[in-house]
Order: sequence, then structure tokens, then C-alpha cells
Amino acid sequence: MRFPLIALACAPCFALPALAAEEEAQTLTVYTYDSFVSEWGPGPAVEEAFEAVCACDLNFVGVGDGAALLARVRLEGERTRADVVLGLDTNLTAEAAATGLFAQHEVLDVAWDLPVVWEDDMFVPYDWGYFAFVHEAAFDPPGDFRDLASSDASILIQDPRSSTPGLGLLLWVEAAYGEAAPEIWAELADNVVTVTKGWSEAYGLFLDGEADMVLSYTTSPAYHLIAEGDDSKRAAPFAEGHYMQIEVAGAVASSPNLPLAQSFLRFLATDPVQSVLPTTNWMYPAVTPEGGLPEGFETLIAPERALLYPAGQVPEIKAQALDTWLGALSR
Amino acid sequence: MARRAQPLTLAGIGAAGLVGALILGTAVAVLAEAGRGRLGPADWAALRFTVVQAGLSAALSVGLAIPVARALARRRFAGRGLLITLLGAPFILPVIVAVLGLLAVFGRSGWVSAGLQAVGLPPLSIYGLHGVVLAHVFFNLPLAVRLILHGWQAIPAERFRLAASLGFGPGDVARVLERPMLRSVVPGALLVVFLICTTSFAVALTLGGGPRATTVELAIYQAVRFEFDLGRAALLALVQIALTGAVALAALGAAVPDGMGAGLGRVVARWDADAPMARRVDAVWIGLGALFLLAPLLSVVLRGAPGLLDLPGAVWAAAGRSAVVALVSAALAVTMAFAVAVAVARLGRRSGRAVEATAMLGIAASPLVIGTGLFLLTFPAVDPVTLALPVTASVNAVMSLPFALRALIPAVAAAERNHGRLADSLGLVGWRRHWRATLPAIRRPLGFAAGLAAALSMGDLGVVALFADASSGTLPLALYRLMAAYRMDDAAAAALLLLAASLALFWVFDRGGRGHVEA
Repeated sequence: MRFPLIALACAPCFALPALAAEEEAQTLTVYTYDSFVSEWGPGPAVEEAFEAVCACDLNFVGVGDGAALLARVRLEGERTRADVVLGLDTNLTAEAAATGLFAQHEVLDVAWDLPVVWEDDMFVPYDWGYFAFVHEAAFDPPGDFRDLASSDASILIQDPRSSTPGLGLLLWVEAAYGEAAPEIWAELADNVVTVTKGWSEAYGLFLDGEADMVLSYTTSPAYHLIAEGDDSKRAAPFAEGHYMQIEVAGAVASSPNLPLAQSFLRFLATDPVQSVLPTTNWMYPAVTPEGGLPEGFETLIAPERALLYPAGQVPEIKAQALDTWLGALSR
Repeated sequence: MARRAQPLTLAGIGAAGLVGALILGTAVAVLAEAGRGRLGPADWAALRFTVVQAGLSAALSVGLAIPVARALARRRFAGRGLLITLLGAPFILPVIVAVLGLLAVFGRSGWVSAGLQAVGLPPLSIYGLHGVVLAHVFFNLPLAVRLILHGWQAIPAERFRLAASLGFGPGDVARVLERPMLRSVVPGALLVVFLICTTSFAVALTLGGGPRATTVELAIYQAVRFEFDLGRAALLALVQIALTGAVALAALGAAVPDGMGAGLGRVVARWDADAPMARRVDAVWIGLGALFLLAPLLSVVLRGAPGLLDLPGAVWAAAGRSAVVALVSAALAVTMAFAVAVAVARLGRRSGRAVEATAMLGIAASPLVIGTGLFLLTFPAVDPVTLALPVTASVNAVMSLPFALRALIPAVAAAERNHGRLADSLGLVGWRRHWRATLPAIRRPLGFAAGLAAALSMGDLGVVALFADASSGTLPLALYRLMAAYRMDDAAAAALLLLAASLALFWVFDRGGRGHVEA
């Protein structure tokens, strides 16, 4: 076994060409979610940048969204062809870690620009964002969930059973209100215009004027501003704080390309990747690139409190929060 | 009918068997992976909601389709053929496009609400059970109209001549000719619409206004994604299959075959429907049907047109892949459907029904469970990405088989009934018999079935999502990817492209089937 030796020798450095000389044109297979690899996502730029330094072939495989990605990896188990899984988030990492499929990462010396301290030893963050309700500039938004519940503002949300932001909202209300969450949901029920399968449907309906606000991200207005030159969208700051989503990647322990996978994880934290994420994934980079954030990001709201459950607590909390949610909205 | 050992009959039984094996086999494969499964009270609630909304949707779709189909059957006007083709469009649209189109008309800021507000009324609220049913009627009314229209067109012109010469009024024509035809066609149409609605998920959730509108398919999503409880997912899929099978057998048992006899296929003239009142009633039905079905399509066209020419190359490539998949899938579906229809016509009533019910299972199969099951079965041997397009084509064929069958089974049965004895006496057997006697008689439903299968395959996301990656995606997948990247305008243009491509495929086959005969 020469891989572990090379891995040890190379872990802190970028001596990839040497590695490649030993092993001819390795292929690194990265499972990720669909929108990451589409030509409008970060995938193409990341592939080009990594292939320029690794002398390897980076092969992205797009699989649904984050939750579908985890389901796929679980289905494949030990036999998986993935070397790296990119696109899980902090709501999925506990379950992902429990599969025993992932190796510990070696990206230890990075100064993360995250609102929370990063301590996970299996998954490496690459971008993050806050969930928020997005509205038209002309609309006067409520200042928190209680305000929203007592107002007649209409909202579009996603089903937590089929959507990542939907699950985020569930945890947001739970983290902000704990015991009082059922009461909040009961009062929110008449503000909810409808619940959609995924983010795309809800956001599409919002743009068509079906509701005052839609559950999305604080960074959504940046897309309209930067890509479309349209500054008519805003995210509503909520006084309770905003729940976070941190997107992560992990290396598959059984991969024959583990050293290469580990260096890819390290590569994710560098400028060539971090600088494309804000305007392709429309999220905050996990490490602010040298040139800073793209122009336009300074207009976004900056929540004063970041809410996030420790990954290990999520599975239990989400099961109970789903029951609350179903109970409140099924009436 | 004499029993002959026919290779095509065996092929038909085989095709139905394959469908059954695929649907049941994948569910069992998922169950085996999990070891065990349990259903909770929420799952039964989902099943109840599924049955209620599907029942209502089926009754309303078919109920409304009868007058529309009758009006279309007895009126001739310029653009009628085009209208019939266009009316089929909602059925082949991907769910997300149809929902956005529907909401552009019936939503809170839609055309209807804008009209209501202009005269000082509150906006329309579409979200709730009535919204689910409205959307399902929008999707399925066109299919029901076409199936029932086929029934009307299958009444030989000679019957109407005879009726006219006997001095029959509209009431007599309805009693003697139309009602027996409806008794044989309506149960099948109800069945198809009911079954389509049982697998609804995104439509039911979005227009149902929330988790009250949880269907079995959504419960399956929850089991796979939220809880990774494959056992429960497989059990839910099996419950859905059992429901389908039971409803299919009941509906097929209720259908009474008609005894219209043979005709020479000449143009039908309707002396009974000449009264001015009847004309006006028909015009109203056609107008209402067209307005209801075409307005949302118009909104799709208006939204998509500006961006159509600027669509990225990847979207056109995806459209090309989708078209190839659609053609392969249509060929498979029609071949299977023809074999099954011949088998059903030849076998006795009981075993014929069993074959037909098995072949119908595809309609109610959960795409997520089929996809997961196929994945589990094939993954150890092959790279799923290389299988994406073949798997998509085959599964789409299986899923559109039931629709093809609804069109072909009555037609093949009639062809056998009407020309079978003549063919027997001429000693026509095997392929020559079908080439000479059966196929010419079923051209129209055959073209319709092929068009439907192609268009459905074009618009269906189905199982491809689990297998595909960026380079092998189909057009619906590209559309979703555009939406996920905030590019709603490009997505709207892709939706228009999808609508146009599906309709074009449908039109080519359907038109080909109608030939030069006035339809």
C-alpha cells in the first residue's frame, strides 16, 4: 500500500503533480447535487481549476439535491464509486457520519469565515448562507415570526419532507422558539399560501406574484442585482436571528484515491473555488477570497444572530419538529 | 372466437408479465434492501386523501369530457383538427410547467383574479382540495375527451344513417347508439384518470395548499429522503400497486363491450344533431373546454417566447436527447401495447382482464421506487450513469403503456370482431393477418397511442433524475436545473420548447394515424 504513505507525506502540501506522476491520470469522482454541476453552477469552473493543478480527471456526477445525494450514497454503501461527496449540509452530516463511509479530513489549518466555530472532523465546509424570507422592495416586511404570524402577509414555503430550505425553516422556528414552536406554526398556518415540493416551485410562484414573501436565502437578492441588474428584491431581517445552512464535502474512506480526495477537500477552501461560489451557487464562501466578496453582496442584510443546531442533535429534533409542523398545517 | 396458438398472444402475455415484474420486482428489491417495513397512521391518511382526490378528479374529468367529446364528434369546423391536437397539450406538460401555467390563470395574481378585482370582487383562492381537483381536471380532461371521442368515432356511419332513416330524434340516438358506446368506454377512461391522479404529488401538494394534501407518493418521498426508511417506501409502493390492481379489475369488469357491428369507415353525418339548439350547446361546450385548457397554455407561450432563441446550447442538446428517448420509448410502448391488445382480444374475458390489469400497473407505479429498485438491481453490475437514457426510455414506455392500451384495446377488439371471421375464412394468420386486417383498422388509435407515448416520454422526468448526470440530462431535467439556478426566464423558454417539442411529436404520429381520412 503506497497510498497512505503518500497521503501522509502530501497532506499539508500541494505536491499533486508528484502524486500524478506515480499514478497515471487518476480519475476523481465527485458526487454532488444537480445544480452544482449544471453549466450555471460552480462545477465547470471548479473542474477546470482543479484539473489544472492535479493532473487528474475530475468527474462530477450530479444527483438530485443534498438529501437525494445522501440517499444515493447510502444505497451504494461500501460499493460506491464516489471518492468525494460534495453538497451535504449541516442538517445531514450526522446521518452521513453515522454511515461510517466517510474518512476524517485533514484540512485543519484553514481560518474559516463562518459565523460559527467549525469543529467537524469529517466534513469540510465550502459555502454557507442564511435562510430568509425574500420580498419585493415595495413590501413592508414583518420583523419576526410573531409579527409575521399576526400580520396578513402571505408566504410560500417548501415541504421539509422533500426540500432542503423547507427543512431549514422547520429548524429555524424550532431553534428560535423551542417549546413555543407549535404555537408559532399554528398562527403561521393562515399566512402560508401553499407548500411546494422544492425551492424552484416556490421561488417561481413568488416571482409570478402568488405571495408577498418566499422562503429562500439572504443572498437571493444578490442574484437579481448582479445577474439581472434588478435591485427590487430584499430579504427580511428577523429579530430572532436566522437559521444557517453550511454546505460541506467529505472524502469516502474506502476510496482508492483517498489522498487525491483529501487534496480536493483542501482545494475547496482555496481562492479558485471560493471566488466562484458567490456568483454561481449564490452563497457566502467559507473562506473569503483575496478579492473580497463580489460587488453587490455588501447590500445584503447581515443577521445579528446565527442559529444552528449542532449536527448531532438534528436527527432527533427534525423528527419531532416535523410532527409539530404536520400537526399545525394539516388542520 | 376460435382459440389459435398465436405468437403475438404469447408476446402480449409476456409484455404484461414484464411490466408486472418491473413494477413489483423493483418494489420488492427495495423492500429486500430494507429487510422490513411498517406503515403508520399518517400513511393511511395519505392513502385516504389519495383515493378521495383521485376519485373526484376522475369523476369530474370524465363527466365534463362527455359533452365536450360529443360536441367535437358531431361538429365540423375550420381548425378542428388543430384544436383537438392542442387540447391534448396539458396532459403532456411537465408538472411544474402546467402548475405555473395554471396559476398564471387561476392564481391569486392570475388573469381570473385580476378580472375579479377589476369589478371589485376578492381574488380567487385556488389552494385546497378544489385546487387539486381543478389541476387534475386540467391535466386529464384532454385525455378523457380523446378516449371518448375515439368511442364516438368508432360508431359506424351506417348506424347514424339507419337511425336517421328510422326517424330517430336525439334522445333515441343517445339511447340506442351513444349510451351503449359510453358504457364500454367510460369505465376505462375513469380508470385511467383515477390511476394517474393516485400518483400525483407535486400538483396535489402545491395546489392543495400544504401537508393536508399529502398523497402516497409524497409519503414515499418522506420515507426515502427524510427518514431513509426504504422498507416503508416499498410497502407504500406495494399498497399503491394493490390499489391500482383492485381498481383496474373492478373498472374493467364494469365495462360492457358494445355491439356496434362493422362499418365501412365512411364519414359520419349526423342528421340528428342539426337542431339550432344542439348546435349552440355544442359550441358552448367546445368554447368552454378550449378556454379552460388553452388559457394556461397561452401563458406558458407568452412567458417563454422572449427567451426562446437565446436558450443555451446545453438545453438544445438536452432537447435532442429527450426526442431520441421519446421515439424509442414510443416504439417500445406501441409494440407492447399492440401485443397486449391482441392477447386481450384473443384470451377469454377473465384472463384477458388479468393481462390488461397487469399491464395497467405502470400507471400507478411510484417513479421514486422504480428508480430506487432499478438502481439497487443494476448498481452492482453497471455504472448507473451509462444506463440513464436506456432506463428512461424503457420506464417511460412502461408508464405510457396503460394510455396506449386504453386506445388500442377497444380498437383491436373491434377489428377482430368485425373483420376476424373474414380474415379466418381467407386463411389469414400470423403477421400477415395483422398487417392486412388488424393494423389498417386501428390506424387512428395506433397513431394516437404512439403520439401520446412519445409526448409523455418527452415531458416526463420520471426516473431519470436518479440515474442521469449533467451530460446525459433530458429536457425536463434541464428545465429544473435552470430554475434551480434562478434562471426563471430561461426556464420559461425551455418550458415552451418542451411544450412545442411534445406537441410536435404528438401531432406527427397522431396525424400519421389519421391519414387522409377526415378525423
